Amino acid sequence: MARSTHILKSSYYDSVVLMRVASQLKRQDDVTEVAMFMGTEGNHALLAQVDLATVKSKDAGPQDLLIIVVAETEACAERTTQEALRMLTERVSGQDSELDYRPRTLDTALGFLPDATLATLSIPGEFAAREGSRCIDRGLNVFLFSDNVEIEAEISLKNKARKKNLLCMGPDCGTAYINGVGLGFANVIKSGRVGCIAASGTGLQAVVCELDRLGEGVSHGIGVGGRDLSREVNGIMTRYALELLEQDPATEVIVLLSKPPHADVIAMLESLCSVMSTPVVTCFQGARLEGDTFVQASTLDEAAAMAACLVNGSDYVAHSFTEPQRVSALLDRVGNKAAGKRVVGLFTGGTLAKEAQLLLSKDLGFVAKSLEEESTHSVVDLGDDQYTIGRPHPMIAPEARTEKLIELAQNGGFASCGVVLVDLVLGNGSHLDPAGELIESIKILRNSYKLSPEIVAVVIGTEMDPQDVRGQIRGLESSDITVFRSNSEAARYAAMLALPEARTHYMTEAP
Amino acid sequence: MKVDQSPLDKPIRVINIGLESFAEDLRNADIPVIQMDWRPPAGGDLKLIALLDRLAKEA
Repeated sequence: MARSTHILKSSYYDSVVLMRVASQLKRQDDVTEVAMFMGTEGNHALLAQVDLATVKSKDAGPQDLLIIVVAETEACAERTTQEALRMLTERVSGQDSELDYRPRTLDTALGFLPDATLATLSIPGEFAAREGSRCIDRGLNVFLFSDNVEIEAEISLKNKARKKNLLCMGPDCGTAYINGVGLGFANVIKSGRVGCIAASGTGLQAVVCELDRLGEGVSHGIGVGGRDLSREVNGIMTRYALELLEQDPATEVIVLLSKPPHADVIAMLESLCSVMSTPVVTCFQGARLEGDTFVQASTLDEAAAMAACLVNGSDYVAHSFTEPQRVSALLDRVGNKAAGKRVVGLFTGGTLAKEAQLLLSKDLGFVAKSLEEESTHSVVDLGDDQYTIGRPHPMIAPEARTEKLIELAQNGGFASCGVVLVDLVLGNGSHLDPAGELIESIKILRNSYKLSPEIVAVVIGTEMDPQDVRGQIRGLESSDITVFRSNSEAARYAAMLALPEARTHYMTEAP
Repeated sequence: MKVDQSPLDKPIRVINIGLESFAEDLRNADIPVIQMDWRPPAGGDLKLIALLDRLAKEA
């Protein structure tokens, strides 16, 4: 095996561009690994951790681009390096032709857009807090997509923003909607009467898409980052968002999404919400609170349905499936083929994975978060740090799931597997054809490995999303993949396939 | 708990620092957006950045 190291001095590229190019080049059969990183301290540590660091690689500084290729021959490694440089050069010259000037400093940018109201930041975490702080100093609200920001820096940023009546959405904020404008990974939706506060990007996407299907829109969707309801951050931005939505004339109901908050934070939220006139629907993933301050939903789609009922003044009726007759017909067709077998969930959305894991474990018992224990049910978040080292998030690059499926097929992981459960998250920022990628991977399983587990997919998207949601669903269904539009329904269906006894419960009673 | 100036009342006009696709999506939705050509300050040297920030504060 040959390994080459190339350093391109003083050439800054953002990580997603680099990961996209690397991911594309890695598809060649004779190439084992392509790592393209800026030579920051963090990246050097990462390269050492995954055993890709070389003697030469240590010479790359934070402004230098580092390309490391592991391939079958030296010639192949060299050819791949040259191809990487060519692809990056093409991108840069493509940018020049757009004729739009790109300021290098924040103050110059503000000179061009003096009435800017918001900054979106998706730069390496080690620099994000500093740039975010500079934006807040200049009176800009901040949408902070970057992760790996220290919690002390998060607290400081949020306090600073709060003092200036500004939002600091994030760090690690994937999605937000302000005044009907989607930021980050956002589905295209219409404006409406439900205001959302979310500590989870895909959670917010699932809720707004379900609201859209129910004919309701969103006034604002304020992202707060995954740690906002921790004891340390103490809900600085959630509190502010609640205050803002309470006085927002367009907002009639608030939906609050988070993993279970710290007990002290719950007490603070209850105290705040008890004096508010706007009803608050909560979905705290697996946590159920005493008291009636909140309207508590168990799942993301239930939170959306409850909110829609509240704005419409209708009664909410709990249900396991919106189309029980269709589900019944599906179950009849599959029969007991997957009974007693393993369910394997491969998710791109972290909150969707967590929700599926919680729902499956209610019926199936222990559900692992990794694929290591071959005999147990598993639900894996492929967006988790351990799967995304040096590669794009699987919502951008769903081939990560294809690789995992093939790896499982090769090492016998499908021996006891009866059901594969997956998510496809559409919208701006996401891959333009996740269904196409999934269909190809299932074809490989069926044709090359003669494996035919039941494939169950949840599609999170709206009619206005760039991917053509109907086309995506049509493609999946014509490839014999069962599609649901709500994550909880997909998980319940998967549970019923593996445990036929659960059918009596779900097909006759509310969840 | 009345908030005097709500950030939700202002029209969205964006400075995008980082992923260009975020700016493209906003542009497609007719939102005014400036894409910055951001690079790590001070050559990405975190100690030097901290020093520069301290000097700027003192000045």
